[in-house]
Amino acid sequence: MQFVDEFRDKQLVHNVLDEIRRTVTRPWVIMEICGGQTHAFLHYGLDQMLPPEIELVHGPGCPVCVTSLELIDRALAIAARPDVIFTSFGDMLRVPGSTGDLFSARAAGAQVRVVYSPLDAVKIAAENPDKEVVFFAIGFETTGPVNAMSVIQAQAMGLKNFSVLVSQVCVPPAMHAILSSPLNRVQGFLAAGHVSTVMGYWEYPPITEQYKIPIVVTGFEPLDLMQGILLTVRQLEKGTHEVQNAYPRAVTYEGNKAAQAILQKVYESCDRNWRGIGKIPMSGWKLRDAYRDFDAEKRFKVSDIKTKESEICISGLILQGLKKPPECPAFGMLCTPQNPLGATMVSSEGACAAYYRYGRTA
Amino acid sequence: MSNQEYPTMEGPVCPVPLAHQERIVMGHGSGGRMTQQLFERVFKPAFDNPALGQENDYAAITLPSPAKLTGKLSVSTDCHIVSPLFFPGGDIGRLAVCGTVNDMCMSGAQPLYLTAGFILEEGLSIETLAQVVQSIKIAAKEAGVQIIAGDTKVVEKGKADGLFITTTGVGWIPAGREIGGANAQTGDVVLISGPVGDHGIAVLSARGELGIETQIESDTAPLNGLIQAVLAAAPHTHVLRDPTRGGLATTLNEIARQSQIGILIEERAIPVSPPVKAACEMLGFDPLYIANEGKVIVITPADEASAALEAMRACKYGKEAMRIGVVADEPKGRVLLKTLIGGNRILDVLAGEILPRIC
Repeated sequence: MQFVDEFRDKQLVHNVLDEIRRTVTRPWVIMEICGGQTHAFLHYGLDQMLPPEIELVHGPGCPVCVTSLELIDRALAIAARPDVIFTSFGDMLRVPGSTGDLFSARAAGAQVRVVYSPLDAVKIAAENPDKEVVFFAIGFETTGPVNAMSVIQAQAMGLKNFSVLVSQVCVPPAMHAILSSPLNRVQGFLAAGHVSTVMGYWEYPPITEQYKIPIVVTGFEPLDLMQGILLTVRQLEKGTHEVQNAYPRAVTYEGNKAAQAILQKVYESCDRNWRGIGKIPMSGWKLRDAYRDFDAEKRFKVSDIKTKESEICISGLILQGLKKPPECPAFGMLCTPQNPLGATMVSSEGACAAYYRYGRTA
Repeated sequence: MSNQEYPTMEGPVCPVPLAHQERIVMGHGSGGRMTQQLFERVFKPAFDNPALGQENDYAAITLPSPAKLTGKLSVSTDCHIVSPLFFPGGDIGRLAVCGTVNDMCMSGAQPLYLTAGFILEEGLSIETLAQVVQSIKIAAKEAGVQIIAGDTKVVEKGKADGLFITTTGVGWIPAGREIGGANAQTGDVVLISGPVGDHGIAVLSARGELGIETQIESDTAPLNGLIQAVLAAAPHTHVLRDPTRGGLATTLNEIARQSQIGILIEERAIPVSPPVKAACEMLGFDPLYIANEGKVIVITPADEASAALEAMRACKYGKEAMRIGVVADEPKGRVLLKTLIGGNRILDVLAGEILPRIC
């Protein structure tokens, strides 16, 4: 397949790996922010091919993982209503709330449908005028524009029966939260390629300056990932801290301005609770007042549902890169993809699920 | 009295019941005249054979060549539900025949007979049913099996998805043939009869929910011809298994667990057609977990592997057969994949429903 196979070329990947081996002289801790990158590392077995000096820690970049338990409980409450068709990305259905997941809600009679695009949810709303159609608008800057677009489209169509349960989060505040933690171990970042496709990388220079840490915008194919690591290691070895773009075929400095404009139009910044991490100030988006009629939390009055997280699960420490999945006593025993305790085991992009699926027990 | 003409009255009568020849109604499952009419009209012409023609509640069959019957019977049942009922490359009828024929074949059996149970949803078009039955007829003929008994029930609208079919097969395992999931041995070679993932992606895209259009056709096919060819070429074959639900990865894991051996697979060698690969890339699926309905995994001693591979490639449904791996002592009960890049990873079973990834 063109534009994919080239970036999975074994020889090219090994050439970059050799260059990494020649460059590295001492231990470095590098975090890949994005869950898609975590999976790609493990899917291709790349993490095991890296020289032992390089330790990868897996960041909080899986939107399914970081959606707070409280919001999932609110989603379950809304989905259980007989007048509601609840729509969601597929991954979200398996995420456990405190009383079950959306799969069990569906088995109990709730109308829960998987959609591939929030615009499909708008279509369902238009086709079902006697039902309330709710879309679970989760995700980072990548899903933000299309989620926001669903609201704009519903408004343009005059739909009164469409609303969104918003759980939008942003990458840069999470990077700040990790880097400013006294326990932080991360010395270099692979920035998420897809997020940067939308947002560009103009948000990163202040972070490299403030924390003296290199950030390399990185793609998702094996060659992309190796190139990202190589550029990061080169900077670490030289002691520089710049923003570099190792994914120029998809990412520009400015990013996708049209998408950013849609985000600005529909959303404004707000504090968000991250599952396992807690509240990060101004780390997410909510609907602007002009769109408050589309806010499912208000429409269904679920804002007073408050929930505490599981006490056994260490997904918070994992999402911050402080622990590896096998260090959790529940990993693979009490907690498996069939019976996940925490969100990092639920999503196919979650670090625990990735470790479990690819048989990494140590 | 006026001269007005009145219609001729034959005394008070009830209206004549409608024949209901367009759609299935509850009466078609009553066991009475309507059921009989449906049988006469739809099923009997398609499946005409002496056993079915007896019109008993059972089929009495004379086993072929009784003198040679010194092996074992292979019996297999499979329920078939698929939405939509018709998809590129097949339909629920072809699936219902091939699914059970293939399950029987995996013991090395020669499939002989099938029975078919139909659950029909009220409102199903009889034309649709007739098309499905025609497709069963064609697939059964291709597989060389007879449909010797069947049943039909009707459920209220909304209680089924058009049509469900359960088929049971009876086949013949010649004496001395020992094939099963627990028989894989260290040193054996693992073969696959062709590209994986076609069926699952064909059905998914036929549902029209993916927002993509593909040219991918389901691989639904009866494999008994191919399997007889493999066993003639590689008589000491240890394992035959069709990677249906859960895909290649899940099926290999079942074999590894049953045989308590390790299976080492070369990702590079696994055939996946470019359209399936592209659809999986876009949707966030892994083709190794997507269902197949016309593929078989063959695990055979190394010295017979080339002959088995050649035999497969000479068959209609095995032209793209590949050698994809070997059986080893370790890791016991697990499947290890050597990735495209040369790294290793454990290939696990499918956890639950296949869910598309968010980004």
